[in-house]
Amino acid sequence: MATRGFFGRRPSDDVASRLPPGQYLTEDFPVLAKGPTPGIDRARWRLAVMDGPRALASWTWAEFEALPQTIWRGDIHCVTKWSKLDTTWNGVTIDDLLQAAGIEPPTAYLLAESHDDYATNLPVADLLGGKAMIATRYAGAPLEAEHGGPARLLVPHLYFWKSAKWINGLRFTARNEPGFWELRGYHMYGDPWREQRYTNDP
Amino acid sequence: MTAGIPPAGATRWQEAVIVRLVRRTSRVLSAFLQVELEASVAGQHLDVRLTAPDGYQAQRSYSIASAPGSEDVELAIERLQDGEVSPYFHDVARPGDTIEVRGPIGGHFVWRRSDGGPVLLIAGGSGVVPLMAIVREWLGTESRTPMLLAYSARTWEELVFRDELLNTQAEEPSFTFVATTTRGPRHRAEDFERRFDQPLLHQLLTCWGRTAREVYVCGSIDYVAATTESLVLEEVPPRLIRTERFGGKN
Repeated sequence: MATRGFFGRRPSDDVASRLPPGQYLTEDFPVLAKGPTPGIDRARWRLAVMDGPRALASWTWAEFEALPQTIWRGDIHCVTKWSKLDTTWNGVTIDDLLQAAGIEPPTAYLLAESHDDYATNLPVADLLGGKAMIATRYAGAPLEAEHGGPARLLVPHLYFWKSAKWINGLRFTARNEPGFWELRGYHMYGDPWREQRYTNDP
Repeated sequence: MTAGIPPAGATRWQEAVIVRLVRRTSRVLSAFLQVELEASVAGQHLDVRLTAPDGYQAQRSYSIASAPGSEDVELAIERLQDGEVSPYFHDVARPGDTIEVRGPIGGHFVWRRSDGGPVLLIAGGSGVVPLMAIVREWLGTESRTPMLLAYSARTWEELVFRDELLNTQAEEPSFTFVATTTRGPRHRAEDFERRFDQPLLHQLLTCWGRTAREVYVCGSIDYVAATTESLVLEEVPPRLIRTERFGGKN
């Protein structure tokens, strides 16, 4: 049913084909987080991989920066409805991270955990095969704190709340445990192309 | 904090009739909607969907200003320069028109009566909208835990809900409303006429004399960055601070 008097402002066909349902194009870079931006000192930064409570591996900033670096360029989609096209990120793929530590994923799910007690759940399969990285640079510059710096998860094929800012751990879990937003009304998987925004979306 | 899984029906699209449009400031308009919402909590938002004659649709999210359980749902919408959806509300919408909404959405930037206080609310510009829902919800409580709203806008005229906030303060001793205007003069001795910074916050918290247990900050990215930094410097624990930011920057 049409809304009386609404005609809208359509994006170009090229842009439209890259926007998942319900999304609009933004040229700037919004900032969303549940609380204040934490100030994280690289000298004290740590990233850990855990199997439940058990630590499997951890890296200091210098150790992490020495891992193989990958560039990813593409589009990102936030559940608050903005999409940003042709973004460029540098970081370490989850494949390279696990390989460096000699870790075979012990379970099919994990929680990405952050310095600010944020967490979000993901199937491990969605992080492998070059689909995700721990990103430390955006558009060629060190990642700004308000966008998740020094390091954030980047899982661009899912809504961006899955790309946890200020990441400090990947914790394998036996079951698919809901994270922060997943406990507060957001979808367990979050595929933008299927518009999986909220808990009950198909 | 209680988790907020919405009931099954809460996120289905449904029709809402615009029953009333009220101008709040030169840039902010309230649209009152007739719609049945499930289990609303103060601080939540609604998704709005508009459809063009050829089927093209645009969605945006707007914070709810009315208290849960109000007869009509109030969205207070700022007209954005180059906006696609906000100009529809400002220029086109009339009472009787129908739009589509789903929600209410959000389980974090919310205040329930059981959350208690003291409550510190910090608003910048149209960021006052979800905080207004919290003030109105709080008014319905019996205990009236102390509540302080610090609200920054460009001018006195651009303070959305200004008269209602002044009235609430006049009638409720446990409600404190302090305004700061960045491009115009203050109108009361207790207000400020400068940017929200740490000295301002320090003075505010000292006068209030309470220790906030629930803190809500809503405004532009830079406003939220500046105010939350001041809060942390004033030793408000970061885990108590809930934020909502709007807009973008490069």
